[in-house]
Amino acid sequence: MAPRKGWPAMLEIKALEAGYGETLILRGIDLSIPEGALVAVLGANGAGKTTLNMTVSGVVRPRGGEIRFAGQSLAALSPPEIVSLGLIHVPEGRKIFPNLNVREVLELGSYRRARTNRARNLERVFGIFPRLKERTRQAAGTLSGGEQQMLAIGRGLMAEPRLLILDEPSLGLSPLLVEEMFTLIRRLHADGLTIMLVEQNVAQSLDVADQAHVLENGVISLSGAARDIAADPELRRSYLGL
Amino acid sequence: MGYPPEILLEAVANGLLMGAVYGLVALGLTLVYGVLHIINFAHGALLTLAMYAAFVAHGAFGLDPYAAMIPLAGLFFVLGYLVQRLVIGPASRGDDSNMLLVTLGLSIIIENAMLAIFRSDTMTLRLPYAMSMVELGDVLLSVPRLIGFGVTLLLAALLFVLMTRTDTGRAIRAVAKERTGAALVGIDVAHIYAVTFGIGTACLAIAACLLLPSFYVSPRVGNAFVLVAFTIVVLGGMGSVTGALLGGLFIGVVESLSGLYFGDSLGQIGIFLIFILVLLLRPTGLFGARA
Repeated sequence: MAPRKGWPAMLEIKALEAGYGETLILRGIDLSIPEGALVAVLGANGAGKTTLNMTVSGVVRPRGGEIRFAGQSLAALSPPEIVSLGLIHVPEGRKIFPNLNVREVLELGSYRRARTNRARNLERVFGIFPRLKERTRQAAGTLSGGEQQMLAIGRGLMAEPRLLILDEPSLGLSPLLVEEMFTLIRRLHADGLTIMLVEQNVAQSLDVADQAHVLENGVISLSGAARDIAADPELRRSYLGL
Repeated sequence: MGYPPEILLEAVANGLLMGAVYGLVALGLTLVYGVLHIINFAHGALLTLAMYAAFVAHGAFGLDPYAAMIPLAGLFFVLGYLVQRLVIGPASRGDDSNMLLVTLGLSIIIENAMLAIFRSDTMTLRLPYAMSMVELGDVLLSVPRLIGFGVTLLLAALLFVLMTRTDTGRAIRAVAKERTGAALVGIDVAHIYAVTFGIGTACLAIAACLLLPSFYVSPRVGNAFVLVAFTIVVLGGMGSVTGALLGGLFIGVVESLSGLYFGDSLGQIGIFLIFILVLLLRPTGLFGARA
């Protein structure tokens, strides 16, 4: 599906620069995510994918450039303030709370946002992930990697996201679970959720996404419709190894 | 070394009662360690401050320490919250080792302020019930210590409910293990740090009110308790709330029994023997997570 003209951009990133200490990681990123779209951001290890996500969600301070979410500038906002706007980031490595049980982790997903709908959303998440429902009293740290990834996504959904950022949801999962993960992402998108999917898994990400951006050394090197990028001979050679 | 059983029983019972208050002091220390990952060197000085506050509440307003307990706990919660939010947090600039130094500096300031205001004399409250005892079978128990035991257990139950049933308590546990994940669900980590520090400080205010009827106050009195509390925290496992309470009870009994066998002035020798043994044999403590 090509991006339709006239869609308001939900997330608008312009000339974004960010880094840690002396090191600049993002060297001027331009990126836009239309409402209702599933946009893939692809890149190898160290390209700056996680830094981009951390900067968008306010954990890392931008050095320059602009981030606007639903028209509002995020530059001066703290992570909790960004969460309350509905920008929800499911981080790489899940970052669930290992010492809390599954139900407690999910309920904390609505700590800042959608608290009044907690019971309803909990049922919804259990509907999407029946395996979590069987384990409500189990400590989150004792779940398998795949279950922890479901829990992290479930925790994100508890906040009723307007934009869901998924950072490497397929990382460390078995091929079968990776397949299941992409089916789930497709389904969440079909239900109308705007998703920014940040992945190394190029082929499957391009298969589910509407648009894609390739991140290399802190800049976007290639942007376009996912279908076109999948067919791009340059990408196929240098990145997919095809 | 043969003491009659009722003497031994009495020593154990009084040790348990004293140990509960030790556990309360250790609880604040272990909570702050578990969540902020710093050893709060101001803990002893804040306990001293709380004891003086209870002392003044009695002298100036005629408030019995037990009546002053709840207002002082509230006051010290706010104090702890503000100290973390406005002093320790900003001064440390996100570096844990800085936080530790700031608490050390804070303890020096508080101790010397107390020294300047109250002088170095030890002071005691003269309360009619300070020496009162109840007889339970063959065992004589001190009333203030019995009250201390009861209040500590009640407080532990309240804390358990707070930590497991409320969003704030769950956020505290979440921040303890996963700061970034907590920030990403919208938990204000700086606020949770301050709330935790406030709870730790409020525990000290309650401990101070429980200790005051039977203890003296001096500008360095808090350190004696905190030294024992450190032992308890190491014994129970750094960051473990259950460990702090059970460790406190255990250390109370050890102190009481070694006092009985080696004399009062050597009573604490047993505590430090245990401290060294734990460090040698089980450095993660009885309830601590294995590294």
